[in-house]
Amino acid sequence: MATASRSAKRLDTQVDGDYSIDVSKVDGNVLARITAMAFRHRWRMTIAVVTTVLGGLFQLMVPQFLGQAVDQAQGLLRDAAAGVSGQDAAESALLTTALLLLGAAVLRGVFTMLHNYQGEAVGQLIGYRLRLDYYRQLQRLSLSWHDRVHTGDLMTRGILDIEGVRLWVDTGILRSILLTVLIGGGAIVLFRNDPVLACVALSFVPIVGVRASVARLKLRDTWIALQDKMSELTNVMEENLGGIRVVRAFAALAFELTRYDKISSEGLAIASRRVRLFVLSTTQMTFVYFLAMGLTLWVGGTKVAAGDITLGQLTEALAFMLILQMPVRQIGWMINSIARASTCGGRLFNVIDLEPSIADRPDAKDIDLTGGVVRFENVDFSYPTWAMDERTLTGIDLEARPGKMIGIVGPPGSGKTTIAQLLGRYYDVTGGRITVDGQDIRGVTLASLRTAVAIVQQEPFLFTASIDHNVAYGDPWAGRSSIERSAQTAQLHNYIKALPNDYGTLVGERGVSLSGGQRQRLSIARAILPDARVLVLDDSTAAIDAATERRIRESLKEYTQERAVIVIAHRLSSLMHADEIVFLEAGRIVERGSHDDLMALGGRYAKLYELQASTGAEPATPRSGPEDGR
Amino acid sequence: MTTAHNQRDAARGSRSAQDRPPLAVVGSQISQDEELFGRAFDPWVIKRFMTYLAPYRRQLLIGLGCVLAFTLTQLTLPLLVRAAIDHALADGASDLSLLQIFVGAFFGVVVLNYAANHFMETLIGRTAQRLLFDLRRAMYAHLQVVSLSFMDRTEVGRLMSRLQGDVYALQEFLESSIFAIGDLVLLVGIVVVLLSLDPALGGLTLSVLPLLFLVRIVWLPLARKAFMRAREASSTTNAALAENVHGIRAIQELRRESVNFDLFEEKARENLNAHLAASRYTNVMVPIVDTLTGSAMAIVILVGGSMVLDSALDVGVMVAFLFYVQRFFDPIRSLTLQYSIMQRAMAAGQRIFEVMDVEVEVQDAPDAEDPKEIDGAIEFRDVTFGYETGNPILRNITFKVNPGETVALVGPTGSGKTSTTALVHRFYDVWDGQVLVGGRDVRSVTQDSLGRHIAMVLQEPFLFSSTIEENIRYARTGATRAQVEEAAIAVGAHDFIQRLEHGYDTMLDQRGANLSLGQRQLISFARALLADAKILVLDEATASIDSYTELEIQRALARLLKDRTAMVIAHRLATIRGADRIIVLEGGEIVEQGSHAELMASGGLYARLYRMNYASFDDIPADEVAKAIASGERET
Repeated sequence: MATASRSAKRLDTQVDGDYSIDVSKVDGNVLARITAMAFRHRWRMTIAVVTTVLGGLFQLMVPQFLGQAVDQAQGLLRDAAAGVSGQDAAESALLTTALLLLGAAVLRGVFTMLHNYQGEAVGQLIGYRLRLDYYRQLQRLSLSWHDRVHTGDLMTRGILDIEGVRLWVDTGILRSILLTVLIGGGAIVLFRNDPVLACVALSFVPIVGVRASVARLKLRDTWIALQDKMSELTNVMEENLGGIRVVRAFAALAFELTRYDKISSEGLAIASRRVRLFVLSTTQMTFVYFLAMGLTLWVGGTKVAAGDITLGQLTEALAFMLILQMPVRQIGWMINSIARASTCGGRLFNVIDLEPSIADRPDAKDIDLTGGVVRFENVDFSYPTWAMDERTLTGIDLEARPGKMIGIVGPPGSGKTTIAQLLGRYYDVTGGRITVDGQDIRGVTLASLRTAVAIVQQEPFLFTASIDHNVAYGDPWAGRSSIERSAQTAQLHNYIKALPNDYGTLVGERGVSLSGGQRQRLSIARAILPDARVLVLDDSTAAIDAATERRIRESLKEYTQERAVIVIAHRLSSLMHADEIVFLEAGRIVERGSHDDLMALGGRYAKLYELQASTGAEPATPRSGPEDGR
Repeated sequence: MTTAHNQRDAARGSRSAQDRPPLAVVGSQISQDEELFGRAFDPWVIKRFMTYLAPYRRQLLIGLGCVLAFTLTQLTLPLLVRAAIDHALADGASDLSLLQIFVGAFFGVVVLNYAANHFMETLIGRTAQRLLFDLRRAMYAHLQVVSLSFMDRTEVGRLMSRLQGDVYALQEFLESSIFAIGDLVLLVGIVVVLLSLDPALGGLTLSVLPLLFLVRIVWLPLARKAFMRAREASSTTNAALAENVHGIRAIQELRRESVNFDLFEEKARENLNAHLAASRYTNVMVPIVDTLTGSAMAIVILVGGSMVLDSALDVGVMVAFLFYVQRFFDPIRSLTLQYSIMQRAMAAGQRIFEVMDVEVEVQDAPDAEDPKEIDGAIEFRDVTFGYETGNPILRNITFKVNPGETVALVGPTGSGKTSTTALVHRFYDVWDGQVLVGGRDVRSVTQDSLGRHIAMVLQEPFLFSSTIEENIRYARTGATRAQVEEAAIAVGAHDFIQRLEHGYDTMLDQRGANLSLGQRQLISFARALLADAKILVLDEATASIDSYTELEIQRALARLLKDRTAMVIAHRLATIRGADRIIVLEGGEIVEQGSHAELMASGGLYARLYRMNYASFDDIPADEVAKAIASGERET
C-alpha cells in the first residue's frame, strides 16, 4: 500500500480508505521524492552537507590532538635520554596542541550547530510545505472520499506522518554523511597508526550497528502494537466517561472495569515486552562497546610495551572509540528513520497524489445567473461501487423556480438527501443532467455553483468559534447588521442576545452547548447569510419544534420570494404548503402535486399524512394556507 | 444582484481587496494546554505519589542500588586505564603480567557494569510502566463511583487529558528522577576522582563547570519560552487541521476553502518560525558546550602536560583526566532538563490527585440490603433536592407510582423532570425527604440492586462501540443470543438488524454513528427490555424522527411499558395521552396531576400548554410559559 504512484493519477473514488502501516518495507521512490524536496532548498542543504562534513572532520582531530599531547608530555623523558634539551620546546609544543585542540573543538561546535540548525530548518520547511499541500488536498478531495476514510487516520497522517518525513533530512541524510565521515576518517587515521589495533578498536562498530538496527525495527513493531492498544484503551475510557449515565443506570461498573482491565493488562504486557527489548539491546550494546575497549587496552598495551606504537597512539585509539560510541548507536535510529520516512511519506503521498473526482473542468466558467432556475432533467444516479449503500435515483425530473417551493418527502433511504448532494455537485450524476439557468452544473466552477446553492444539513457541523464567526462562516466579510438579520430570520437572535457575550459567545466546548434545534437554527442563519439563489433545506428543521419552524418560515418569506427553495423533510407540516410536493420511493418519483392534489389522490402521501396525525408525533396542525398566521 | 455577487466572490479570493479583515478563524481558539508548569517541588504531590510507590518499594530500592553500581563501575573504568598505563606501561618499564591483571580487572568491571545496567533498566522501566497503569486504573475506577454532579461539571476531554498526559508526566518523572540520582552521583564521583587524582589539576579543570552551570541557568528560561511557543504553535496548527478534517462538509458547502487556507498558512508559518526559534535555542548550546569541553581538555593538556614533563604527574593520570572531561558535561545537561520535568510532574500530579480527592457522595450504606425481588412501586415523600447549595431544583415533591402504572412527567424546561428521574436511581442523594423504590428507601439498598431493578432509557441513546449484540446485552451480560434476538424482535429492531451485512455482529462506530437516530433508539429499547427490570425510567427523545420509524418506536414503547412501573419524561403528545397519570411539574413543584381527560377538564396549566399546540412542552418559549402560569394565577 505504501507506494507513491507517480505515474497514473488515481481518482479519489478509486481507493478505499484503509491503509495499513507497513513497518519494514522501504520504498525507494518515496525516499527519492523526499530527498528531492530537501534539495529544493539548495543553499540550506549545501550549507548543511558541507558543515556536516566539516564538523565530522574537526571532531576527528580531537583524538589525534589528545594522543599527540600525551606523546609530547612524555616526550621529554625520551628526548632527555637522547640528550636533546627542550623543556621549553616541549612546553610550547604542548601549548600549540592545546590551542589546536581548542580550535578544533570550537570549530566542531560551530559547524555542528550549523549542520543541526540547517538540517532542522530544511526539515521544517518540508514539513511546512507538506502541511499546506495536505491541507489544501483535503479541501479538494470529494466528500465521497471523506466519507470513507477515518478522521483519526487523516489526523495521524497530518501530524505523525509529516513528522516522520521531516525527520528524514536530519536523521536520514545528514546523519549518514556524518557517520560515514567519522567511521571512514577514523578508520584511515587508526589504520595508518596500526592496522591490528584499528581492527580491534573498531570491532564494535558492525556488531553494535547491526544490533541497533534490528532492535530499532523490533521496537518500532512493539511501539505500533502499544499505540494500537492504547488507542483502544482511550476509546474505552472516553466512551465510558461519555456514557457514564448508561453505565450507572445499568449498574455495569464491574463489567466496565473488567473490560478496562483486560485491555489495560494487554497494554501493560506489551509495554513490559518493549522494556525488555529495549533493555536487552541497549545494555548489550554498551557491553560490547566496553569489551572492545578492554581488548583495545590489552592489544594496544602489548604493542606499547613492545614499542610498536606510542602511548599517545593508544590514547588516540581509546579517545576515538569514545567519540564513535554515540553515533554508532544512532545507526539504529537512522535505519528506523529510513523505514519511518518511507512509510510515512508513502501514506502522505497516497493522499496528496489523488485526483479529486469532483473538480472544475479546464474550461469551466463561473456560473452566469440570470433567473435562478434549477432543473433536474431525467437524472439517474448510483453511488460508486465502493459504497455499501446501493441507493440510486432513476429518472428524476424537477424544476425549481424563484419564489416557488418544492417539497420532497419519502421513506428513509428513498434518495431524498442524494438530490441535495447532486445539486451542490458533491457527486456527479450518472445519467441525465442538472442545470442552473440552463447551464449544466458540471461545466461551471464549483465555487460559483456552491455560492449559488445553499444547503442546510440535518446535523450541521459548527465550529469552535464565536457565534458571529459561525453565522458569518460563508461570508466572513459580512457586516454585523446582516449577521443579526440572518439570526433574526432563523429565530435565534433573541436567544443569542440573552447569552453572556451575545454574538461573541463561543460555541461548543467551554462555550455554550446548543441544543439540536438551536444548532439547526444557527445553520439556517449561516446558510442564508451569503447571497445564494437556491436554498435547500435538507431535513434541517427536524429538531426544531413546529411552532418555531412556522415562525422561521414566516420570516424567511422575504428571502424566499426571489429564490428557489427545496425542502426535504419527513415532517409533513414542514412542506405541505409547498407549490409542488414530490413523493420519492426507492429513487423514483411516485407521486407529485400540491398537498390538496396528493390528498385527493389518496395514495402514499395521503397515507403518510394519516399516519402522522394518528401517531401524534406531530400536533395535527390545521392547514390554513401556505402561511398560516398566528 | 449578480454583479454585487461576483464582487463579493472575487473579494473572497484576495483578502487585501477588503478594508477590514474577515470575521474568520481556523481551529479552536481555546488554548489546549492547561497550566503546564508548577512549582518544581510540591511536598503534597510527592506525599500522595509515594502511596502509589509503596508497593514497589523493594524494586525501587534495588533499582537505586543498581544505578549506584552502574555509575561506580563507569567511574572505575578510566581509573583502570590509568593504572594500566602508569604501572604496566609507562616509564619504559613495561610489565605484561601487570597489564594482564589490569585488563582482567577491566573486563570484570565491564561485566559488573553490564549486570547493573541490565537490572537497573529493567526494574525501573517496568516499575514505571506498572505505576503508570496503576495510577490510570485508580483514577478511572474512582471516576466510576464519583458523584455524577462532578461528571456533569467536567468535560470528558479534560478528564482524558488527565488520564493520559498527566499520568504520563508522572511516569516520566519517576523514570528520570531515578536516573537523575545516577547523574548526580556520576557528577559528584567525577569531581571527587579528579580532585583526589590531582587536586591542583582537578581544581583547574573543574573551573569550567560553574561557567556551564551559569550558561544553562541563563539559557533555560529563555529556551523554555521558545519551546512553549513551539508547542503552542504545533497544537493550534493541529487543531486547525482537525477542523479541516471534521468540518469538511461545511467548509465545502460554504466555500471557505481559500479563506481557511490563508488562515492556515499563517498558522503553519508561525509553527515553522516557532520551531526554528526553538531549534536556534537548542543548537546555540552546542558550540558553547564544545568550547567549554575543549577548554577543559586544553587545560589538561597544557597544565597536565607540563606537570608530566616535570614528572609531577603520571601520564596515566593525564589520560584519565582526558577521559573524564569528555564525560562530565552529560550529567549537567540531563540534570538541568530534570528541573522542567519536575515542574511538569508537580503540576500534573496536582491535577491527578485533585480528581482522586473528589468525594464519593453516593455510597452504599454498610448494612445496605440487596433485595432479590421488589414490587415496583415508586414513592417520593416530601423530597427537596438541588445541585448547588441554596438553590433547590425540587421542592417538597410527594407522589406515588403504583406497581404497573405509567406516569408521565411533563412541564417546561427546567421544571425538574430529569432530576426527579435521576433520584429514583439514586444518582444523587436528596437533601430532605425520602425516595422509596419497592417500599424501601433507596439509601438502604445497594446501588447494584437499583441498577438491576430499574432500567433506564436516556434521551440520547448512548451506544458503545462494540457489536449490536453486545450493546443489547449490556445490562445482562449473561443473556444468550436467542434472548438478545427475542428482545430485538419485541421492539421491532430485528428486521433492520438482519438486513445489516453482519447482522447482530455488526460493529457500531463510536456512539453508534453508523445507525440512524431511530435505529439507535430501538436498540436502546431492546437493551432496556432485555434488562427485564420491574421499573422503567424513560426520557423520551425530543428530535422528531421519520414517521415510519416513529411508528415503530411508538409500538416498541407500548411493548416496553407493558407490565412495568414506568416513569416517563414525555415529549410526544401520544405518549402523554397514553399515560395512566400525568404529573405536571413547574419550578420544581407539582402543580397538578391526573389523567389527560381530567387535566383537560380542570383547565389548569396542562390544558393551557396543551392548547398551544407545541410538539413538546419543552419547546414552548419561556415567555409563553410565563404567560400561561400567570394567567393560571390570575384565575385562582
